Amino acid sequence: MKMTMMGNYAASWGAQLSRVQVIAAYPITPQTLIVEKLSEIVADGELDAEFIKVESEHSAMSGCIGASAAGARAYTATSAQGLALMHEMLHWAALARLPIVLTNVNRAMAPGWSIWADQNDSLSQRDTGLMHIFASSSQDILDSTVLAYKIGEQVLLPTLISFDAFFLSHTMEVVDMPPIEDVDKFLPPYNPEYKLDVNDPRSFGALTSEEHYYEFRYKMQEAMDQAINIIKKEGKEFEKLTGRYYDLIHPYRCEDADLILVTSGTIAETTNVAVDELREEGKKVGNLKIRIIRPYPKQDILNVIKNCKKIAVIDRNISCGYHGIFAQELKSALYNETNIPVWGYLAGIGGRDVKIENIKEIADDTLKSDKPEDLIWKGVKL
Amino acid sequence: MIEIRMHGRGGQGAVKASMVLAEAAFQGGKYVQAFPRFGVERRGAPVEAFTRIDDKPVQIRSQIYYPDGVIVLDPTLIEVVDVTKGLKKGGWILINSDKKPEDYDFGADYEIHTIDATKIAIENNLGSRAAPIVNTAIVGAFAKITGLVEMDAVEKGIDSAIPRMKEENKKAARQAYNYIHK
Repeated sequence: MKMTMMGNYAASWGAQLSRVQVIAAYPITPQTLIVEKLSEIVADGELDAEFIKVESEHSAMSGCIGASAAGARAYTATSAQGLALMHEMLHWAALARLPIVLTNVNRAMAPGWSIWADQNDSLSQRDTGLMHIFASSSQDILDSTVLAYKIGEQVLLPTLISFDAFFLSHTMEVVDMPPIEDVDKFLPPYNPEYKLDVNDPRSFGALTSEEHYYEFRYKMQEAMDQAINIIKKEGKEFEKLTGRYYDLIHPYRCEDADLILVTSGTIAETTNVAVDELREEGKKVGNLKIRIIRPYPKQDILNVIKNCKKIAVIDRNISCGYHGIFAQELKSALYNETNIPVWGYLAGIGGRDVKIENIKEIADDTLKSDKPEDLIWKGVKL
Repeated sequence: MIEIRMHGRGGQGAVKASMVLAEAAFQGGKYVQAFPRFGVERRGAPVEAFTRIDDKPVQIRSQIYYPDGVIVLDPTLIEVVDVTKGLKKGGWILINSDKKPEDYDFGADYEIHTIDATKIAIENNLGSRAAPIVNTAIVGAFAKITGLVEMDAVEKGIDSAIPRMKEENKKAARQAYNYIHK
């Protein structure tokens, strides 16, 4: 059923449709509405779940870890400083192979104190071992939540779903809410092979010497590799159910493009509109949205970009001392495979608005340039 | 696509108005987007909210810079904020005011409408006399002047987006709809 909702509520209802059993969460702007709505849903008896009010985000993830280890479907949500406080337990959730789903509203890290959109918070968790989705619409937020459990519970990895503060969290738009009976058919109850059970005692997270730890990592990487095919398979199953397909990447008008813009999050949606305008001006530009950054869709990207002449990455984040993180990742994927030049642009950092005209300017600048650059600060006021 | 910018003061219901407007258009079968200017709101301070209405899903995710129409919930804002900034040529302005449209001059070719939404809100006990909540009356007037949404869609929008005093709010919207001249 189509209805209007804010992006935050799409996350809450995504969790409800997934019939999560334990929610452990701490409120933080701009995520607060997600948790508020879920506490209402649980209090009203519309979801049979344990809602644990915790004293910090570290405890929120710890609570999810305990619940998930006991075989419950666990959910939490946070943002920025809250996600940073969770950091230790993110490694734990991933290495313990617990398919928790964590929603993060992308917000700039402080100081300067900010509540606005920026990807540095979640990209700082890149190496914790979580699968990592960047949703670009409220529909994507809701659907990704259901999909994350379906995929995560097969490969036994937690998933981080990130989306831009305000541009999605507080924007009301139309979302098609699937009936829960349909979701039930798609997403069976979580029933892990190994769980904490007093009647069948086991040790979890015990001391692991060099004899085995290396292999733990190998298995995690193997799970990430397997996830690529499972993401596609479940994307197709989900499409049969809803008519909506989700993949690791979503190319738009890239087939014959001379220039491909590489984007993520809400910037990717605005870029589709910019691409249409550029095409009308006779410029062969496409947009490649990276929806999932872990596992990294290297082969999918290579297939899409193989015939283009130039690539421009737009990053709403920076690894200071080097450059935009999506640009780094893309260049490392291309090395040894092609020599298509890559331009790295920054835009939208700290919630600065990225307009259609800004994206068109990036495209025009790149089309005109014959010298690739790693780091171009678009619109910086000096 | 139609893009609308709403100017109000914190507490007047500008953000809610953008959502009721979007909800009404959605009830009329459109795709919509409604969002506040991403700031930290304070009661009485100038605030802005935006609504986009289209026949297909809205993909633009930036704020609105070149609106087709502007709604001003508090006429005193005209002195402090450039309410016509970026307004498209021939665009419309709907002002909550007890004055006539010809009393306003924005020095350009705009279609100006006024509605005394404050009076309507007070009559319907919406908010207090000192701080009336004028958003639903304004949406009723918007429906009439633009023809973008039907009055019954506005009522459905109020039912879905306004938590309290639904009947009073619907009555205020209807009064404004019937009162304002297209």
